[in-house]
Amino acid sequence: MCHAVPARVVEVLPDEHAIVEVSGTRKTVSTVLVGAVEPGDFVLVHVGFALGRVDPDEAEATLAALAEIGVVPGQAALP
Amino acid sequence: MKYVEEFRDAGLARGVAARIAAEADPGRSYRLMEFCGGHTHAIFRYGVQDLLPDSVRMIHGPGCPVCVLPIGRLEMAIDLARRPEVILCSYGDMLRVPASRKMTLLRARAEGADVRMVGSVDDALRLAQAHPDREVVFFAIGFETTTPPTAVALRRAEALGLANFSVLCNHVLTPAAITNILEAPAIRQMERVEIDGFLGPAHVSVVIGSQPYEFFAEEFGKPVVIAGFEPLDVMQSILMLVRQINEGRAEVENQYTRAVGRHGNAAAKALVAEVFELRRSFEWRGLGTVPYSALRLRARFARFDAEARFGLVQSDPPENRACACPQILRGAARPTDCALFGRQCTPQTPLGSCMVSDEGACAAYYRYGRRARGTEAPA
Repeated sequence: MCHAVPARVVEVLPDEHAIVEVSGTRKTVSTVLVGAVEPGDFVLVHVGFALGRVDPDEAEATLAALAEIGVVPGQAALP
Repeated sequence: MKYVEEFRDAGLARGVAARIAAEADPGRSYRLMEFCGGHTHAIFRYGVQDLLPDSVRMIHGPGCPVCVLPIGRLEMAIDLARRPEVILCSYGDMLRVPASRKMTLLRARAEGADVRMVGSVDDALRLAQAHPDREVVFFAIGFETTTPPTAVALRRAEALGLANFSVLCNHVLTPAAITNILEAPAIRQMERVEIDGFLGPAHVSVVIGSQPYEFFAEEFGKPVVIAGFEPLDVMQSILMLVRQINEGRAEVENQYTRAVGRHGNAAAKALVAEVFELRRSFEWRGLGTVPYSALRLRARFARFDAEARFGLVQSDPPENRACACPQILRGAARPTDCALFGRQCTPQTPLGSCMVSDEGACAAYYRYGRRARGTEAPA
């Protein structure tokens, strides 16, 4: 119920809607809550609405931090 | 799936697990409440609990909208659905929750009521347009994630002048529920739940931002880490909480920076404020009556308010006394403590709401094989 999924914007439609793709499935969602989107943007989709955006730079930074956490000084990273 | 698979990497998870084990002090306990059912499911689906040291214990919170809706509110919807002129719409989980005498919206449908499962409130609007001779009621449930879509629909209904659409509003607020758990009213002192820190909501926080949690950190001295819903998000957030507790800090930190900012989604918040206002109090299953914890339609939208339109009054039907959902929802019991769990109550034959929803703690325990006492988690 409170679980949105990251979806890629494929096509912008009139009236604040867009076609998005999740795992190869396309659907039409409302973008009224996130403002203008462009193809290639990632949005979080829930009950037919884009609720927010995914920031690719922040996602990379989090993954880099996660990789760093597993590195113990003097040892190779865990596989 | 981009932004999903990367955050489920087993190698990275082992690294984070090793770091949590290294930094958690075995001489103390870290009792961490994950508020959201989405986190509960990630913890069990990916076996996160088994990667944690014995000192770190996860306590499951009430963040499951279907679970916390009191039976009296559900019975309002069932009564409404039985009116011949009404088409009652709601999200899928809601239809299977048992009310008194095991009645559900699905059973009411089998008995002739017109109950429709919708994936979006837009579907309910379309039904209203397609059936001008019927009363279409959207049974609105959910935390801050489903509220903005309901607000959009109400504005649209107003713009279209839809005379046969209304909303039975049960939208509830996360910060009020967390406050209630932390304040532990006197009546619950006997089963006071000790919590050392919170995993904060992921997608609720996309909407409301991290700012509303600053109050808990300051007022109650409890650390909060806003956490994404993937297993690596959960584990990194647990590490961040362990570090705060070790260092004696109580701050709001944000692990889920790829989607959450301090102020959330301003457009969504403005829409919600335009359409809804606070209820003075609202009843939650498990938590009881919680002040200023839910929303109702503003006067401007009164004609779309199903409660007024149909003169609905909330009853107070008895709970199934053997069902431990109320205690489970406030973190005072685990699913395996319930006498019904896995016996009379299973996902196929749910007796309590926590077994129905994908976000319910009982459903998580059952689905991922924690079916006997002692298998659930290190205590």
